[in-house]
Amino acid sequence: MATTVPEHFQGNVDHHAHTDHDHKPAFFARWFMSTNHKDIGTMYLIFAIFAGIIGGAFSGMMRVELAEPGIQYLDIFARWFGATNPDFNSTLHVWNVLITAHGLIMVFFMVMPAMIGGFGNWFVPLMIGAPDMAFPRMNNISFWLTVAGFISLLCSAFVPGGTGLGAGTGWTVYAPLSTSGSPGPAVDFGIFALHLAGAGSIMGAINFITTIFNMRAPGMTMHKMPLFVWSVLVTAFLLLLSLPVLAAAITMLLTDRNFGTTFFDPSGGGDPVLYQHLFWFFGHPEVYIMILPGFGIISQIVSTFSKKPVFGYLGMAYAMVAIGVVGFIVWAHHMYATGMSVNTKMYFTAATMVIAVPTGIKIFSWIATMWGGSVEFKSPMVWAIGFIFLFTVGGVTGVVLANGGVDDVLHDTYYVVAHFHYVLSLGAVTALFAGFYYWFPKMSGRMHSEFLAHVHFWIFFIGVNMIFFPMHFLGLQGMPRRYPDYAEAYQHWNHVATIGYMVMATSLVVWLINMIYAYTAGRKAEDSYWGEGATTLEWTLSSPPPYHQFETLPVIEEAAHH
Amino acid sequence: MAEAPALAVPISRRSNRRVAFIALSMALLMLGLGYASVPLYRMFCQVTGYGGTTQRADEAKAAGVQVTDKTMSIRFDANVERGMPWQFKPLQRTDTVTIGERDMALFWAKNDSDKVITGTASFNVEPEQAARYFNKIQCFCFTEQTLQPGEAVKMPVIYYVDPAILNDPDNKDVEQITLSYTFHVTSISDAKTLDHGGTGG
Repeated sequence: MATTVPEHFQGNVDHHAHTDHDHKPAFFARWFMSTNHKDIGTMYLIFAIFAGIIGGAFSGMMRVELAEPGIQYLDIFARWFGATNPDFNSTLHVWNVLITAHGLIMVFFMVMPAMIGGFGNWFVPLMIGAPDMAFPRMNNISFWLTVAGFISLLCSAFVPGGTGLGAGTGWTVYAPLSTSGSPGPAVDFGIFALHLAGAGSIMGAINFITTIFNMRAPGMTMHKMPLFVWSVLVTAFLLLLSLPVLAAAITMLLTDRNFGTTFFDPSGGGDPVLYQHLFWFFGHPEVYIMILPGFGIISQIVSTFSKKPVFGYLGMAYAMVAIGVVGFIVWAHHMYATGMSVNTKMYFTAATMVIAVPTGIKIFSWIATMWGGSVEFKSPMVWAIGFIFLFTVGGVTGVVLANGGVDDVLHDTYYVVAHFHYVLSLGAVTALFAGFYYWFPKMSGRMHSEFLAHVHFWIFFIGVNMIFFPMHFLGLQGMPRRYPDYAEAYQHWNHVATIGYMVMATSLVVWLINMIYAYTAGRKAEDSYWGEGATTLEWTLSSPPPYHQFETLPVIEEAAHH
Repeated sequence: MAEAPALAVPISRRSNRRVAFIALSMALLMLGLGYASVPLYRMFCQVTGYGGTTQRADEAKAAGVQVTDKTMSIRFDANVERGMPWQFKPLQRTDTVTIGERDMALFWAKNDSDKVITGTASFNVEPEQAARYFNKIQCFCFTEQTLQPGEAVKMPVIYYVDPAILNDPDNKDVEQITLSYTFHVTSISDAKTLDHGGTGG
């Protein structure tokens, strides 16, 4: 991207600006009191990897239990969490704790911190030519609130949750299971974790909105912003408008549990279905919160490695806005089984299917960007194409499930599990790895091994498809979700899925080796190591970028690419 | 360069605060809406019959209803909250009523404990789309019911089915409406502390 800096321009009042070196604070001040968006982004990424390992280990524990019919391992797991001589019920409760913890950790402490906190913090200021986020200290609070939330969630595993240790409510925390069904402090710890992480995310959202609206470099108009910045902006608005509703709902849960209110208790005139409405009013935008930044990452990567600007830039930006807006009026498609009139179902079916239109625009535009481009299959591009394929599979099953009539059959079966893991575990996570390989050398200054990154992709791709594709069959055959046991007829594909998990886990070892390689033997990364296709502002800086960048603001010319 | 850099910074910082303030207000508004949804949802259910919420009619409205020549079967269902020491059952399992005509159903409840128990009944009809046509004129569920130890009462419900149901395509296959009640404990007190009789049904 061409930038010109007028000689007399003074965009920085920092009097250290004229010096060359970076003035990094000492270790504790730098990492624990950090106000630097790149350092906070790095901490978010490390935190997300750490949380992802824990959440991923929980899914491994579930897969090993599901490898065969019957209960084989839950008793051992119950002892790991500190239960002595667990009875049958508290053994089974461990299963509920595992699915709850896996869901909450992956949503709130892996995907969101990595996408928004990690890549968002790192690259939004760089891409719009800002020196830092608008509120650097609030940025720091956001991060540590997320960490505190995670610790609260981990604490919940070791205190009583009704039937056994830990919160066994599912990530949706539905009443009355989460109120009268779960005495003991575990669910309170879980709710508190959501409060903390939610407060952190709302502050982060305010920070991103202010940064993107106010701190763009001269000439960086809204319609010139890179699509990743657009995706984070839309995501920030979704967070801002949906998380407070979750906060209200779980606060009502908390008072129902502890202070005798009856928001969701019919004996006092409440209605448990109201909780579901409130939860999904948050929950549906939440799934777009997790995937939209991924859309942004994929747009940057596809453009870079096709050496073309993104096809239909404005359409791509406003497709994300449309997805965000429509995402708020489709929530009850998660609740078809709660008893709804035909007309209500028809509305939510139609509204849900409308989302396929802007999503289709995005898939089409990515392919149209590649079409006729000088495509280079570097590792981020391979991951990005993998994303487009996997997300499309998940999108298609989403259109199937959007039908109220079909959902009557498939509700709470493994078909639903397959669907949302194709868009999240395979979609969002693949986008995260694509972004990771795209930007890792920029963040660390070291090149990873392209060979290992490709090996990582192929093993991961085969593994996750082995895990989740058979779940479509299991769901269509009627296997219900949320149970640790199943009829013997379902054994074959469950066995395949468990082997798939091991394949997927192997790919993470390749990733780890790649990281060790990069830090020990990796080449030093150039400024713009992906070549001429990379046109956004972060590529005008060194790798890693200086501790304080854009001390004189870049000026974006008329003809600049997106 | 005309403007001093020292001036440029406070302006941008003030502008940052304004954007952040607007964003924070939006978040607080949504938090408020989350809580406002509780009464809004209740009103929505009462108006539309959503979730099987029955309608309430006064005598005047009930008197103006046209009686038709069509009939509807009504099924009655009675439950108590888990652990509540009451027996509670309908005195008729089903009833065939003329649509538009008012009818009375009787329920029977007995307090099996040695405590004075006050209960409230929650109610619901199935299928849910019939709820907006199911009108109660009088019901024991409108008020709390107090039963002395060992006391048994008969409790009436006076209701009618609105003839508009015959013109609703969503209800064209409905041949039976189930009216269900569940009693919940409102309060429990020892018999000796009360010196006046319960109101019963």
